[in-house]
Amino acid sequence: MSSGLIIETRDLRKTYKVGKVDVSALRGVDLSVQPGDFLAIVGPSGSGKSTLFHIIGGLTPPTSGQVHVGGRDLALLTDAGRTRLRKRTVGFVFQKFNLLPNLTARDNIAVARYIAGNHAGPDPEFQELLRFLGIDHRLDHKPNALSGGEQQRIAIARAIVNHPAILLADEPTGNLDTENSKAVLEVLCDLNKRLGQTILMITHNPEAAVFAHRTIHMRDGRIIEKT
Amino acid sequence: MTARLVWENLKHKPMRSLLSVLLIGVPVTLVLSLVGLSHGLSEDAQTRARGVGADIIMRGASTSKVAISFSGTTINEKYIGLIEQYPHVKMALGVVVKPVELPLNVMGVDLAEFSRMNGGFTYLHGVPLQDPDNDVLIDKYYAAQRHAQVGSTLTIMGRPWRVSGIIQGGKLARIVVDKKRLQFLESANGKVSVIYVKLDNPALADQVVEELRKDENWADFNIDTMEAFTSMFSVNNIEQVRIFTYVVIGIGVLIGFAVVCLSMYMAVLQRTREIGILKSLGGSNSFILRIVVIEALTLGLFGTVLGILMSYGACWVIGALVPASIPMIIVYSWWPIALVITLAGTGLGSLYPGLSAARHDPIEALAYE
Repeated sequence: MSSGLIIETRDLRKTYKVGKVDVSALRGVDLSVQPGDFLAIVGPSGSGKSTLFHIIGGLTPPTSGQVHVGGRDLALLTDAGRTRLRKRTVGFVFQKFNLLPNLTARDNIAVARYIAGNHAGPDPEFQELLRFLGIDHRLDHKPNALSGGEQQRIAIARAIVNHPAILLADEPTGNLDTENSKAVLEVLCDLNKRLGQTILMITHNPEAAVFAHRTIHMRDGRIIEKT
Repeated sequence: MTARLVWENLKHKPMRSLLSVLLIGVPVTLVLSLVGLSHGLSEDAQTRARGVGADIIMRGASTSKVAISFSGTTINEKYIGLIEQYPHVKMALGVVVKPVELPLNVMGVDLAEFSRMNGGFTYLHGVPLQDPDNDVLIDKYYAAQRHAQVGSTLTIMGRPWRVSGIIQGGKLARIVVDKKRLQFLESANGKVSVIYVKLDNPALADQVVEELRKDENWADFNIDTMEAFTSMFSVNNIEQVRIFTYVVIGIGVLIGFAVVCLSMYMAVLQRTREIGILKSLGGSNSFILRIVVIEALTLGLFGTVLGILMSYGACWVIGALVPASIPMIIVYSWWPIALVITLAGTGLGSLYPGLSAARHDPIEALAYE
């Protein structure tokens, strides 16, 4: 594996068992990502992009092949090891925002810090980031009192509160209107520029993909094109 | 933060939380009521026995050594005169006991002798027995239970009695009639159920009891000091009550276990997606388990508090309806015991749903709708 890469996969394969049938979701994916990269992954449903996202995020182990994230070989990690990876190395942003509905926006962010073992309050830079995200005045509201755009910006804040090496965004604009989609994409772009945040973004939307530095196209569990 | 998560979870489904707390509280109330009832009965019996003012009690040999009943009316009254001649005996009082409504007894007493032993009854209303054949004295608790006043007619032992006086409780019996009248009604003329003995020096009670037990003339009697006799009423000395209490506690634990298991299992199902979110943030299996267990223990804590409050309600209702038959009391020393029992039940009940939540696959949980 090459040093200096923050994500590197070699012949990555993942097979799911659906009933008695084996379904190959990834069929040999080779991918290299430099720190500070902003990569868009596009492809039709069933192309394997979400599976790739889940493996890199440590939500599921690969069936075979190699995958290094932040210098760690995920194929060798136990369930507890992948849990530790999710605490600090990766942050997730989901299409459906996935905020805890019972908690306020502030507590949704705080719970991520708490789980990561960080019991102190957010640092001043993060407070500044909340202002940049335009949500500093909405922190005491619960998700059902926030617009979709606000919820997604809270989710982004939660994902980066522990300063993860990689931000994984799965269709971050999939549930947003055009205006909010643009705002969220600009936030991701700015995080990448200002903080050097490495971002992998899954999207169906070609207009969203143009915000990334690079785009890879997937189909049938393979990367078919890199642009 | 864990506390915040648990509290917000409880608030999020208030009806589920309230029902769980109520269902946990009910067995707590049952346990505390049972304990309050057994302690109340025990303390009431002890108080009334001590109120007699005797130092020694003599019962017929047919009574069990540990039984707290008086068995039948089998002791010949001539023994009263004989025991009064025994060294250190100041006086003896023969009483006829007739069980009526469980756990109540009617006691046949010679009021003059009873007064000589302990100063007699304190009359709240009315006067002593005027017509010994038809009059009855009742204490204030039985009067409240039967809604009786002086002059009321009560049916006791299948025949009418006129209430001539209402007495302060705490001495001998709740229902008192003339001794000779009860002997006649029981076809036990010249016999009594129990003899209370007063000594010239109460400190000699143990010594006199030992001497009487060795004396073959008194071999047909169960003889105890009043102190030893009243200690037999202690709940801890009544094996049957103890076993019954343990059975009810077991049922309480089982109900708490089942309620929490079901409630938390439903909660875990409803929160599948949230569990996936916590896992995506790096929440470990033990973190997820801890949240579920703490939430269950919180329900158990509130259930115990509610159970304690409801036991006051039960005590008030029983006190209003049957104050004489069921002298229930609040036993504070059982509150921490009830709490530990409840927390054990709820903690165990939360393990299965907690482990089930902890084992959720994060991807499947995040996809849960």
